[in-house]
Amino acid sequence: MNGGQVDLDHRPVLRGIDLSIEPGEAVAVLGANGSGKSTLIRALLGLVPLSGGETFLYGRAPARFREWWRIGYVPQRLSVGGGVPTTIREVVASGRIARQRRLRPTRAADREATGRALAAVGMAHRASDPVQALSGGQQQRVLIARALAGEPDTFVMDEPTAGVDAESQTLLAETLSTLVDQGKTVLLVAHELGPLEPLITRAVVLRDGYVCHDGRPPRAVGTHALPGHDHVHPHGEEEPVSPLDWRPTS
Amino acid sequence: MIELLRFDFMQRALIAALLVGLAAPAIGTFMVQRRLALLGDGIGHVALTGVALGFLTGTAPVLTAVVVSILGAVAIELVRARGRTSGDVALALLFYGGIAGGVLLISLAPGGSNATLMSYLFGSISSVAVEDVWVIGLLAVAVLGVVTVFGRELYVLCQDEEVAKASGLPVRFLSLLIAVTAALTVVIAMRVVGLLLVSALMVVPVATSQQLTRGFVSTMLLSMLFGMISTVGGLTSSFYVEVPPGAIIVIVALTGFVLALGLGRFVRRSRSQEFSHEQQA
Repeated sequence: MNGGQVDLDHRPVLRGIDLSIEPGEAVAVLGANGSGKSTLIRALLGLVPLSGGETFLYGRAPARFREWWRIGYVPQRLSVGGGVPTTIREVVASGRIARQRRLRPTRAADREATGRALAAVGMAHRASDPVQALSGGQQQRVLIARALAGEPDTFVMDEPTAGVDAESQTLLAETLSTLVDQGKTVLLVAHELGPLEPLITRAVVLRDGYVCHDGRPPRAVGTHALPGHDHVHPHGEEEPVSPLDWRPTS
Repeated sequence: MIELLRFDFMQRALIAALLVGLAAPAIGTFMVQRRLALLGDGIGHVALTGVALGFLTGTAPVLTAVVVSILGAVAIELVRARGRTSGDVALALLFYGGIAGGVLLISLAPGGSNATLMSYLFGSISSVAVEDVWVIGLLAVAVLGVVTVFGRELYVLCQDEEVAKASGLPVRFLSLLIAVTAALTVVIAMRVVGLLLVSALMVVPVATSQQLTRGFVSTMLLSMLFGMISTVGGLTSSFYVEVPPGAIIVIVALTGFVLALGLGRFVRRSRSQEFSHEQQA
């Protein structure tokens, strides 16, 4: 992304972001609530329109990008729309969609990938249960399995650890480190890294819509170590924050 | 039961009822999943203007209803996609515009009155002609074809629009496809249950079957079965008891829902007991 800017409801959320993710990296986007983390990764994928700057996926603008199977997007929550029941297997199998063609039936390769993804998150024994019956952490595992089923090169995850029990977090860390070892690219948004910390190779810290740190993951001291943790967003005139004025707080 | 098949009009009515009972819940499942359960109602209101336009211009009301309701559905979809907060108000405006437009246009039509609209508002399945059966059949095939060909993509879209976008699906096209398919369904169901009750056939069988099922596909298939039972059952009983078919079809569907509600609670309870036993073992 070059000079990426995003406005939501006429309020600037991202104010000029230059960011490029190389293949094989494990990047965490960190920052306080409302710092624009989720918006950043959605804007990188072209899911949120940019009001300035440009973004490229494997060198192409999102509108011209055709190889969507290379990207596995994991949203923050599983939306259980309208109350129509749907099984875990159905949700996970839908992760194959970018690799399937219209008018072609589901193939054995699709079913195998779905089975592997279910097993990887430890949900194979519950595959025919409705997702509505799952806890938040289990639903998160289903979402990750959906991305795994598509066998992408790059995983883009929006707060995969938020509201997730410790067991699911550890499982997520194991799954991700396997992916990183396989040379996959991981880009995730997190409030706290927790058990994910050892596998993150690079951290991007956002503050007020700017990147204020890009490099090695900052050492977390307690839960309040991240910059701007208690920062309340002012609504009036703001002094521009230099991208360089970040300092570790302790 | 056999005796009513001796009547030609009843044969035609039964075929129409069967097709509508099959097609309406199929697309209805996607609409309910997408929280657009009332989309059918909105299109139904707009379709009334189309029917009146047909009378006014002397063309077949079914054709004008198809055109106007597709336009209405596209308008509703555009409003939904653009605005977030004022979406439901904008929809409401369209509903009232549809009804008012229909009543106004029919009064301008030669010899037209609100009574002309009644058979479209509440259905008149016993007056279905052979050509109507053909039109209903073609449209039903189109609706089921859309669901078969695009089902996988529509499922992802209705679950989460951003994920659909990040999977490279043509989100705008698929959204319009749902709206247009819903519009076609409204028009074919119009003759069977009437515009005011069209949405019931898209929503009630789905609500019924989701009490009993675990999966999306099973919900859709079961709701199509419930849809057919309601339309054929309602039509048959209206043959023996002098009641309007549209109303009795919807009442049959609602009765099924109430029964499924009780049964579903029972099924879920025994299922959760089964699960807790498994965990203890």
